[in-house]
Amino acid sequence: MTVPPTIAMQTMRRAHRARRGVTARITIPLVVIGLFMVGAVVVPILYHFDPLHTDVLLRLKPPGTTLPDGSFAIFGTDQVGQDLFAQMMMGARVSLTVGVCSLLFAGVFGVLTGLLAGHFGGWIDNVLMRIADVQLAFPSILLAILLASVLGPSLWNVIVVISITNWVVFARVTRSQVLTLRSREYVEAARTLGASHWHIIVRTLLPGCVAPILVVATVEFGHVVLLEAALSFLGVGVPLGIPSLGTTISNGTAYLSTAWWISTLPGIALAALVLSTGVLGDALRDRFDPKLRSA
Amino acid sequence: MLGYTIRRVLLAAFVLWGVVTVVFIIVRLVPSDPAVLVAGIDATPEQIATIRERMGLDQPLLIQYLGYVAGAVRGDFGTSYTYGAPAMELVGEVLPNTALLAFLGCTLAVIVSFPLGLLAALRVNRFTDRAVTTASLLTQSLPGFWVGVVLMLVFSQMLRLLPSAGLGSPDALILPVVTVALPFIAILTRMTRSGLLEVVGEGYITTARAKGLSERIVILTHAARNALIPVVTLVGLEFGALLGGAVITETVFSFPGVGKLLVSSILARDYNLVQACVVIIAAAFVIVNLLVDLLYGYLDPRVRLAK
Repeated sequence: MTVPPTIAMQTMRRAHRARRGVTARITIPLVVIGLFMVGAVVVPILYHFDPLHTDVLLRLKPPGTTLPDGSFAIFGTDQVGQDLFAQMMMGARVSLTVGVCSLLFAGVFGVLTGLLAGHFGGWIDNVLMRIADVQLAFPSILLAILLASVLGPSLWNVIVVISITNWVVFARVTRSQVLTLRSREYVEAARTLGASHWHIIVRTLLPGCVAPILVVATVEFGHVVLLEAALSFLGVGVPLGIPSLGTTISNGTAYLSTAWWISTLPGIALAALVLSTGVLGDALRDRFDPKLRSA
Repeated sequence: MLGYTIRRVLLAAFVLWGVVTVVFIIVRLVPSDPAVLVAGIDATPEQIATIRERMGLDQPLLIQYLGYVAGAVRGDFGTSYTYGAPAMELVGEVLPNTALLAFLGCTLAVIVSFPLGLLAALRVNRFTDRAVTTASLLTQSLPGFWVGVVLMLVFSQMLRLLPSAGLGSPDALILPVVTVALPFIAILTRMTRSGLLEVVGEGYITTARAKGLSERIVILTHAARNALIPVVTLVGLEFGALLGGAVITETVFSFPGVGKLLVSSILARDYNLVQACVVIIAAAFVIVNLLVDLLYGYLDPRVRLAK
């Protein structure tokens, strides 16, 4: 005998399914990002990749060619005869390094600013948020191009530039979170008991900000990686000799009619990486912070 | 409303001053001496000194800054070294092209994304909704410059349907406009969908349903009107951003706009032209933002009354 499902049972079942969906949306992107990390570390070593090595005889070979030295160029070779797959994984190395480092810098600085602005309020808040306003009035790609061109091309400069364009997001999210936290009972209690500013900020406010900050960091990772690729594409990013995905795509545009793969494949790799972090960010938001659910 | 307007205008003016100042500071960080660049490699120290004097580079930094701000207010950013013409004039020449690109991109995005968002909201959590949401997430993750390159590869190299660069004929606009519109379509579709779904839970929607109106009428006339306020804002902001943010698309397609001019002037180290481009782009962005804010305050009284 089957019992007709009650509304409660249906709701339970739907909640269960939704949670399983979220788990898949967290696991799959993590696997993709993990593959990128492993590939970025291992592949260039396996292929003995040397960014300055050229081999004119092997240039512009289509994907799936077996090279004379016995290696198999799964994604073909580029305009100077380098293996495209190894080059892409080298580019992923740059993307991941820039992404992690600049998020770390932008995150630390932005979170600190947000904590100070939110906790102290008054003129500190006003000054910091007006600076943020000025910066937001600037399309971030513009600021990045301008700064990068002035500082000159280097991996380190790209990280600095991207950190500078990115801290505002962290500052804003942290500040708005602090503003909702500061009137909570446990924060009030700490204040009443005479806790120092440092104690209030680090022990009561910061822990409450961690979840939204992590969500933002995941989403921003994709933006940062795209920004690095865009800068390198325009020629103001990482210097020649470091094969960024953006540089490879840019180099390939000159060979679109004869070797479509040079521009196309690194773009797909880049999109896969960015898409994974985007999906992961959305899923984390659904899991940890239903209130933050955005457009 | 008057108080709100005044507050917004003052904030915008402050932000513009901030942008002008930041650009000044960044450009002064340049390690190379602009006078040496103008004079050329084999200029004598005397020649360089004369040029320094003519360009006002021998003045104290504060005097230079004041002169620069006074010029910026009048729209005078000096002469471009590479073109030998006033920087502002050069920007003015290409600005209409960029404005056209931004306008067409926004129009296309609105036309495509509104029906898509509506469709997804009407069929929430069903197949159509899933497909639309997934497609927009996918589109949003594609690197803009790469989309441009691929469109060029398919439509001008392989199919030979459209020109790949420049602005010789009207059909040269198609690829840049599509490239600019794609990521915007993705965001706008998601915004329209979530905006509609948000209002659907409100009391007046329940009332409309209780009256026995069809779902179609409830969504289109009752829900859409309120749900679209944030969408209007986003369109305004995106238009402002496109006025300057099309840097990459313009470079990919060699489109004669402000973004392309900016990149080429940066690569040529033509800093007067760089300043003019950046300040104009930022000004356009700030002014559009201001208009959107005012419009928003007008449409939604809660905004202007808050704080």
